[in-house]
Amino acid sequence: MNTETNDIEELANREYKYGFITDIESDTAPKGLSEDTVRFIAAKKNEPEWLIEWRLKAYRHWLTMEEPAWPNVHYPKIDYQDMIYYSAPKQKDRLKSMNEVDPELRSTYEKLGISLAEQERLSGVAVDAVFDSVSVATTFKEKLGELGIIFCSFSEAVKEHPDLVKKYLGSVVPTSDNFFAALNSAVFSDGSFCYIPKGVRCPMELSTYFRINAANTGQFERTLIIADEGAYVSYLEGCTAPMRDTNQLHAAVVELIALDNAQIKYSTVQNWYPGDKEGKGGIYNFVTKRGKCAGVNSKISWTQVETGSAITWKYPSCILLGDNSVGEFYSVAVANNYQQADTGTKMIHIGKNTRSTVVSKGISAGHGNNSYRGLIDIKKNAVNARNFSQCDSLLLGDKCGAHTFPYIEVKNSTAKVEHEASTSKIGEDQIFYCKQRGLSTEDAVNMIVNGFCKEVFRELPMEFAVEAQKLLGVSLEGSVG
Amino acid sequence: MLEIKNLHASVKGNEILRGINLKINAGEVHAIMGPNGSGKSTLAQVLAGRESYEVTAGEVLYNGKDLLDMSPEDRACEGVFLAFQYPVEIPGVTNNYFLKAGLNSIRKYRGQEPLDAMEFLKLVKEKLNVIEMDQTLLNRPVNEGFSGGEKKRNEIFQMAVLEPKLSILDETDSGLDIDALRIVADGVNKLRSKDNATIVVTHYQRLLNYIVPDFVHVLVDGRIVKSGGKELALVLEEKGYDWLREDVASPVQA
Repeated sequence: MNTETNDIEELANREYKYGFITDIESDTAPKGLSEDTVRFIAAKKNEPEWLIEWRLKAYRHWLTMEEPAWPNVHYPKIDYQDMIYYSAPKQKDRLKSMNEVDPELRSTYEKLGISLAEQERLSGVAVDAVFDSVSVATTFKEKLGELGIIFCSFSEAVKEHPDLVKKYLGSVVPTSDNFFAALNSAVFSDGSFCYIPKGVRCPMELSTYFRINAANTGQFERTLIIADEGAYVSYLEGCTAPMRDTNQLHAAVVELIALDNAQIKYSTVQNWYPGDKEGKGGIYNFVTKRGKCAGVNSKISWTQVETGSAITWKYPSCILLGDNSVGEFYSVAVANNYQQADTGTKMIHIGKNTRSTVVSKGISAGHGNNSYRGLIDIKKNAVNARNFSQCDSLLLGDKCGAHTFPYIEVKNSTAKVEHEASTSKIGEDQIFYCKQRGLSTEDAVNMIVNGFCKEVFRELPMEFAVEAQKLLGVSLEGSVG
Repeated sequence: MLEIKNLHASVKGNEILRGINLKINAGEVHAIMGPNGSGKSTLAQVLAGRESYEVTAGEVLYNGKDLLDMSPEDRACEGVFLAFQYPVEIPGVTNNYFLKAGLNSIRKYRGQEPLDAMEFLKLVKEKLNVIEMDQTLLNRPVNEGFSGGEKKRNEIFQMAVLEPKLSILDETDSGLDIDALRIVADGVNKLRSKDNATIVVTHYQRLLNYIVPDFVHVLVDGRIVKSGGKELALVLEEKGYDWLREDVASPVQA
C-alpha cells in the first residue's frame, strides 16, 4: 500500500520535474494542480494564447480563494493536489454484450423503460447501435447547419468560432466568480457550445444525447449558449439513466446569454451516482449555472430535476439586465439515504419591469437533507420589478430534513416581491387512502410525489417529463414502508 | 360473504374492539350504529386493513379467505371498499388519474386487461350520473378544495367506478345537507345488488331513512350489544343509547 503510494508520488514528482513539454505525449496529466497543469491541458488541446492566458488568470485567482463553507452540506476536505485534472477521453474496456453489464444497473434501465439500443450505448457496449446514434447526431447537425445554428463541442468552437467564444466566455460567470468556477476556468477539459443566430427558432430540443464527441469530458465541463436577437432555443442537459462515474468532484460551469427578444429554456435531469445506502461514495456536484438576459424582452428559464449526486451545490441564476426581461427557475431536488442538496437560485433584477418566478420543490427521504437557498436581489434602477417565489418541501419519514434560506434584497421601492413556503409530510393517511383504492405502497408514494412536483414537471419537454417521473420513482424506491 | 369472529383490536395499547361477532351475506345491507367512541370507525378501518390498528384476537373470513392476512391493497383488489369518513386530499393528482390507476391496478390483480383512456372515460361518464356530478370533477386534484359534501359524493363516485363486493360506508352522512344526503343515498341504492353487500356506519338514524338496512347492530364500548331489523334504528332514535349501556355491564357475551 505504502510502496504503491510512494511509487505514484515518485512518478508524479518525476513528471512534474520534466515539465509539460515531454508529457505532451502522454494522455494523462500528472497529479496535482499548478500552472504547468494548466499549460499541459491547454497544450493538449492546441489552444490559442489568449485562452491559455485566460486559464492562467483564473488559476492565479483560484489560489487566493477559499472553498466555500456556507452551504448546508458536510463532506471530508477535498485535497486538490491529489487529483488528476486531465485525462484524455479513452476507449474504456468495451463490454461485448449486455449480459456483462451489472444486473442491478440493467434492472434500473428496465424500470426507466430505456430502449435496448440506448442501454447499450450508456453501458458502453460495443455494438452497431452506438454508431447509429452517431449518425443520428450527424443528420441533426446538418439540418441545424442549414439554419446557421452552431452546436458543437467546446474545443471545436474554440477552433472554428474563436470570435464568439472570446466575446462571451466568462461574460456571465467571470473567472473570479467563485472557488469552483475559478477552478473550472483554469482546468476545464471540454463541454458544449451553442449559438442560435438572429431570428432563428431552433426547431428541435438540443440535447446532450446527440453530443457524442463530448461524452467523456468528465469533471470540468463548460457550456456556453448564446441566443442572438429574437432567437429561441430549448436545451436539454443530462441523461436519465444512472451514470456510474468514478470522478468524485464535478465542477461544471454553464453560461447562457440571451440578447434582445431572445429566449433560452434550459432543462436538466441529473441522476449521477448518489452513493450507497450507507452514504459511501457518490459524486459531489458543485456547479455554477448562470444566465444573462442581456437584451430587452429576453427570457431565460431553468428547469431542473436533481435526483442524483451525494452532494449537490447548485444555484442556476438569472441576471435580468435588459428591460422587461424574465427569469424563471423551476426545481425538483431529491435527497434520499444520505444525500445532501443545497440548491436554489439567484434572480438579480437590474433592468426596468423585470420579472422572475421561482418554484422549488424539495423532497427529503431516508437521512437526506435538502436546503433551498435563494436570493432575490432588486437593484436600485429596477423600476417595477416583480418576483414570486414558492418553496415547498415534502418529507418522507422522520430522519430527513428540509431547510429554506431565502434572501431578499430590495433597493427600489416600486418592486413587488412575494415569497411562499410550505413543508408537508407524506401522510400515512394519504398512503392508506391510495392502497384502499388498490394501489401498492410504491405506486402510492410515486403518485403523491409526482403530484407534489407537478408544477415543475409541466415545464419540462414532454419526453423528459415522462422520464423524470419514472426516475423519481426509482430514486425513492423503498423509502417508505 | 363476511364473517367476523370474536374480533379484538387496539390502538397504542388501548383496546377498542372487544369481541365483535357479525355475519353478512351477499345482497344484505347492515347498519352499524352506536355512540361516539364506541368503535364503529375502528371496525371499518380494521376491515380495510389500516396498519395503525393492531388486531389482538379473532378472525375475519371474507369469501372464505382470511381477510386479516391480506394487505390493504389486496383487500381492495378482492372487492372491499371503504368510503372514508374523512376523505384524504392528494394535491397535484387529478381524480381521473387517481381512479384510473386504482381501477387498473384492481383489474390487473383480477387478470383483466387495463382500460385505456377512452374506455375509462366512457365508464366514468356513466358513473358520474349516479351521483349527479359533472365532468369537471375528473380534472380536479383528489379532494383538494372540495366542500364536505363534494368529498362524500366523490367517495360514492369512486365506489361506483370500482364496483366493490363489500362496501363499508363510514359516516358517509356526516357533513351532508339534506339534498346531498339524498343524492348520496340514491347513489348507494343504485349500486345495491344481490351479489354485493354494504355496511353502513352511522350514528344518526337519518341516513337509514334513505338507505334501508336489512339489519341494524348497536355497537357500545367495542361490542355489539344489540341486533335487530330496521325498526331498531327507530327505537334508538327515540331512546338514545344509554339504556343499552347497562346491558353491557351484564355479561351477555359468549
